[in-house]
Amino acid sequence: MSSILFFIAAIGVIAGAIGVVTLSNPFYSVLALVGHLLSLAVLFLLLRAEFVAAAQVVVYAGAVMVLYVFVVAYVGGEEQSLSGQPTRRARSRGADGRKLSGALFAGALLVELLIALLGSGLKAVEGDGAPYAPGPNAFGTPAYIGNLLLTRFLLVFEAASLLLLVAAVGGVVLARRRGGLEEDAEGPRRLTPLDILRPRGTGTMVEGVEGLALAHARSGGGSDPDEEHGAGGGW
Amino acid sequence: MSIGWYLAVSAIVFCTGAFGVMTRRNPLVVLLCLELMLNGANLSLIAFSRMWGNGDGQILAIIVMTVAACEVCIGLGMIVAIHRQRLPIDVDELRELQG
Repeated sequence: MSSILFFIAAIGVIAGAIGVVTLSNPFYSVLALVGHLLSLAVLFLLLRAEFVAAAQVVVYAGAVMVLYVFVVAYVGGEEQSLSGQPTRRARSRGADGRKLSGALFAGALLVELLIALLGSGLKAVEGDGAPYAPGPNAFGTPAYIGNLLLTRFLLVFEAASLLLLVAAVGGVVLARRRGGLEEDAEGPRRLTPLDILRPRGTGTMVEGVEGLALAHARSGGGSDPDEEHGAGGGW
Repeated sequence: MSIGWYLAVSAIVFCTGAFGVMTRRNPLVVLLCLELMLNGANLSLIAFSRMWGNGDGQILAIIVMTVAACEVCIGLGMIVAIHRQRLPIDVDELRELQG
């Protein structure tokens, strides 16, 4: 039973991986990756990693893939197959060579990994793994993982939470609306509390560039001699 | 099933992801292929964890998933920023680190 389940899940995993690489539309690639992750969760369950499988389904196949779908829908990924489009072929002349060398490198890597993993002759690789006793605190259950995370790997846990915070802030900063193209949508410059507290004439860059005429009209040339003097003092 | 089968599957998934990273030009798909490579590594980590009956490999797999989520966050933020600058979404075109 478990071997049948393994082969079904392994075929799903490999087919999903090949689908991610070969499908031309990025949206379908994301869907193939969801199938890949769900099959991988079945493999994790077969390896007695219940908590990791649940986290894989909920976090990875759920949240992260929703993020991907949003970005694909926003960017509108253009269709681009693995073999390249005819219109682009003249421009990217090295596509075939790159594909060939990529395939060669990946094949060499696969052969090397398989030799290293399976040809090592280790007895444990051919075995079914360590003995497993079911129970509430058995290997791989949430209680087991939580116990490890909060005792032995507490520092790692905190570092991971800090990393997530930094990445969230970085994502917001990277994807924020910059000036330039969408400047008109933001409307006129808003008054901030600093503008009210600031004495008149000790200007910002905006006042120096475009608010000078306003300063003339408003203060009746009060700050004008200073400016003239300052300009003359440069000599 | 013996552990070796799982390791073989993880090696195949990793190499498929590596092939995709080297050949695809859309940065979204490159990020997806990076996820494939991380998942292959995760599968081998959990297989070795099962082999020894030790939970450390599963903790490492969870940390790898965290790092992958951070990488997705930053990568997708960069893709959105590239799209806002009206630059082509193509890793061959983006060869200058200029704003």
